[in-house]
Amino acid sequence: MKVKVISRSAEEFTRERSQDLQKVFRNYDPKLRTHEKAVEYTRALTAAKLEKIFARPFIGAMDGHIDAVSCMAKNPNHLKGIFSGSMDGDIRLWDIATRKTVCQFPGHQGAVRGLTSSTDGEMLISCGTDCIIRLWKVPLLKMMDSSESDENYSKPLAVYVWKHAFWAVDHQWDGPLFATAGSQVDIWDHNRSEPINTFEWGKDTVISVRFNPGEPDVLATSASDRSITLYDLRMSSPVRKLIMRTKTNAICWNPMEPMNFTAANEDCSCYSYDTRKLDEAKVVHKDHVSAVMDIDYSPTGREFVTGSYDRTVRIFPYNGDHSREIYHTKRMQRVFCVRYSCDGSYLISGSDDTNLRLWKAKSSEQMGVLLPRERKKQEYLDAVKERYKHLPEVKRIVRHRHLPKPIYKAATLRRTMIEAENKRDQKRKAHSAPGSMPVQPFRKRRIIKEE
Amino acid sequence: MSLTGRPAFSSWVKPKPNSSERRRLPPTFGEQLPSAGEPTALSSTHEIMDKDRLVTAVEQEMSDELNLKTRKYLRGDGANLETLRDKKLKGQLAVREKLYGQSAKAAAKAEKWLMPTEEGYLEPEGLEKTWMVKQESIIREVDVISSRKPFDMILPELGPYNLEYASSGRYMLVGGRKGHLAMMDMMSMDLIKEFQVRETVRDVVFLHNEQFFAVAQKKYPYIYNRHGTEIHCLVEHGAPLKLQFLDKHFLLASVNKFAQLHYQDVSTGVIVANYRTGLGRTDIMRVNPYNAVIGLGHAGGKVTMWKPTSVKPLVTMLCHHGPVTAVAFHSGGQLMATAGMDRKIKLWDLRKFGVLNTYSGHAQTMDFSQKGLLAIGNGSQVQVWRDSGNQEYEKYMSHAMVKGYQVGKVSFRPYEDVLGIGHSMGISSILIPGSGEPNFDTWVANPYETTKQRREKEVHALLDKLQPETIMLEPSKIGTVRPPRRKERSTKKEIEEEMETAVEAAKSITFKKKTKGRNKPSKRAAKKEEEVFKAKRLFLEQQQMNNDRPLKKQRIVEAELPKALQRFSRKKAS
Repeated sequence: MKVKVISRSAEEFTRERSQDLQKVFRNYDPKLRTHEKAVEYTRALTAAKLEKIFARPFIGAMDGHIDAVSCMAKNPNHLKGIFSGSMDGDIRLWDIATRKTVCQFPGHQGAVRGLTSSTDGEMLISCGTDCIIRLWKVPLLKMMDSSESDENYSKPLAVYVWKHAFWAVDHQWDGPLFATAGSQVDIWDHNRSEPINTFEWGKDTVISVRFNPGEPDVLATSASDRSITLYDLRMSSPVRKLIMRTKTNAICWNPMEPMNFTAANEDCSCYSYDTRKLDEAKVVHKDHVSAVMDIDYSPTGREFVTGSYDRTVRIFPYNGDHSREIYHTKRMQRVFCVRYSCDGSYLISGSDDTNLRLWKAKSSEQMGVLLPRERKKQEYLDAVKERYKHLPEVKRIVRHRHLPKPIYKAATLRRTMIEAENKRDQKRKAHSAPGSMPVQPFRKRRIIKEE
Repeated sequence: MSLTGRPAFSSWVKPKPNSSERRRLPPTFGEQLPSAGEPTALSSTHEIMDKDRLVTAVEQEMSDELNLKTRKYLRGDGANLETLRDKKLKGQLAVREKLYGQSAKAAAKAEKWLMPTEEGYLEPEGLEKTWMVKQESIIREVDVISSRKPFDMILPELGPYNLEYASSGRYMLVGGRKGHLAMMDMMSMDLIKEFQVRETVRDVVFLHNEQFFAVAQKKYPYIYNRHGTEIHCLVEHGAPLKLQFLDKHFLLASVNKFAQLHYQDVSTGVIVANYRTGLGRTDIMRVNPYNAVIGLGHAGGKVTMWKPTSVKPLVTMLCHHGPVTAVAFHSGGQLMATAGMDRKIKLWDLRKFGVLNTYSGHAQTMDFSQKGLLAIGNGSQVQVWRDSGNQEYEKYMSHAMVKGYQVGKVSFRPYEDVLGIGHSMGISSILIPGSGEPNFDTWVANPYETTKQRREKEVHALLDKLQPETIMLEPSKIGTVRPPRRKERSTKKEIEEEMETAVEAAKSITFKKKTKGRNKPSKRAAKKEEEVFKAKRLFLEQQQMNNDRPLKKQRIVEAELPKALQRFSRKKAS
């Protein structure tokens, strides 16, 4: 007879000294873990609820301007710095970490309409309704002097006067050129007091301009004749033009897929386009209830943030037609400009109430250094949430957002109007000859023509 | 963790060279080729090829074994990707399936190499039979630590005794019928607390850890802590006969003298459910560890299964012709054993609720071990049965108590090869090799748990507390989507065709020849016509009903009031 029974000696299964870590033994047998699915589901539900509880996206407001904030620019070479320009001609450099003004750039008479900084982060370019472009040297941000530097003023390196008011400016990626928009599109060099190139297509004012981050010579503009135009600096004339039913307020290129850009439109929606195929939008991002004023992509290219005239900031996935998140406060007024921070974890919005506001990009994310165990736990909870996101309880909690009453009402009204219009279209179609009213997808419906 | 005598961890982490590479390499097992007396080139290549074959055979065997283990961790078949049309979804699912496969493989490898303890066994030699082996001879063979585990505790005054192990197998709770309660640490064989309640004790059960236990006393169940302090008296339960604790749900279930089933949440104190079974007094209650459904055995031979969210039993099975005496559930959740007064012990497949095997014999008490052994207590005899493959249980071991002792309860100790027996004269425990799961998981049930670990685990258990709604017969259904129920409605054309065939069939009926006068051609024609009409009528009625029924549910318009009374009626909210 051969016999063996389970026998464990306590020394083998417990730690030797009290300073040691406890010994851990694993047995992955599914039989030992009963109710696996139910436990996972419960965890997913708890995680969804906790996410809601910990959703505190608003970090703080930065006040200092005495008029509405009209434009902002990131400093690509410095994570903490952001420039903002206001309607009264004030330009400030902010330190995001302390939420204080580091430096001011006085000089503009009217509203500052455009701000941009060069890729190396050493030069700031501003333009405004006073028909003047100013080039500034960006002061070095030091750790110490941010407290007492309120009276720190800079002088412009160069001042270029031109013949029309400016609406926007953007700097070329990794080059010496920048483009301004006004009654025409002008291409400037840092060292020349006159534009080196000028483009014009139609007579209307150009209101926004953006250089392509991948192809430095390509830029896109939008104009008040409801058009979006693409230019190539290597050619003498504009390349493509697209006319929509409503005006596009801002454009942003996807930094990871530089052939795609998203246009923030006056009709409450954003339209993602592929440059190679402008006859239809790739995605229509609907959720805002008023004109979308500004848009900025996350550096990862997976998400973008929009600021709207309806006093909210929303975050959309780059391929999703509805927003992931909505940010609002009681005091925030019309949002004129929004920016993602260069690390993709913060948002900055500038609004009519003269404040810049700092938000977290992921509303319930824990900021600061995470221990590996904490990070793993977070990853696990995210995975579980992802797995059970289709179940009604989890879905309801994850999707629910509290909306301010005016926005909720406006959204309901908009929905009613759209439904009514759809119904009318259907009836019209039912009563007309078959084939005479082809169905046009929404992605094409708002495009008038493409040249 | 000792890894002595086993290949180092890194040996299986390293990527395997593929077969063509391997052929070029020198054989790995044989080490160096003989240096003295250099063999001819031909013979050396032969040798290499032989060894090569050996290596591949060993590898094949190992991979087969690994595949077998991997299946366990895959938890069922993967999604069928062939039928999917959505390419994006297909890609995502394919990635996920691959990940599942990898993790299952890693788990299988961990099981193969990293487990610290090996399973117990009892192997007879020659003509010996396992069930002939006496406890004394087993004790003589095993090591010193294990030989201390079997014992007989004779407590003649306050018996018969009931016993219960904690889920980690470290602690044992003992309840004597006449009010004797004791808790023991089975690892150090220390008595933690012993006290008397001086009234009838019918059942004892541990709550979520060894800090608390519930006792079914004469009038009410009570909850005590490990120091013997009474924490709660659960008055709502009435006089309980049997208690069970559902540890994932924190539910204490009891069945009382009036055959009422109570579920109480011990973390919040809420009575979750209270149902009358209506099948008479019973003290046979077991919880199915797989799905937390409670099985009750009744005097009428029925076994009913209950969940806290339904008034009626989920399942009622007629298992025996006579009272049911014992019920036990296999931890896999698919096997149930019942015993009745009709001298039958039956094994049931809980997937189809059919009987698998019937054996003759009495049993006062039964219990399944973690490895699937079945212990049966009858009179002063205890038998242990083992699955001999294909769910054919046969006798594995047997143990005879002193004549006159009545076995009241048998219970396997988790993670040990020990069977605890509560009987009329005290408690005993015996060694049953191969009954327990050899390797515990620290995060599931840890016999060597420290105070800090216990506290942490309690918090986690409370965070992951399951709601009573999650108790269902098939718990893996949670999180799945119900397939759309599409009612097949036949088209008009199909209905017409069906009707035509029915009419044709009716026309072609040949009637029997009837007696004179009833066989007239006119009568035959009339009869045939009637048959055809009958065949048609079914379809016509159906059609009529479909026409009458509106396509969508219409709002029922309220009866119009006379104009004079309309102003008194409540206005509809717009």
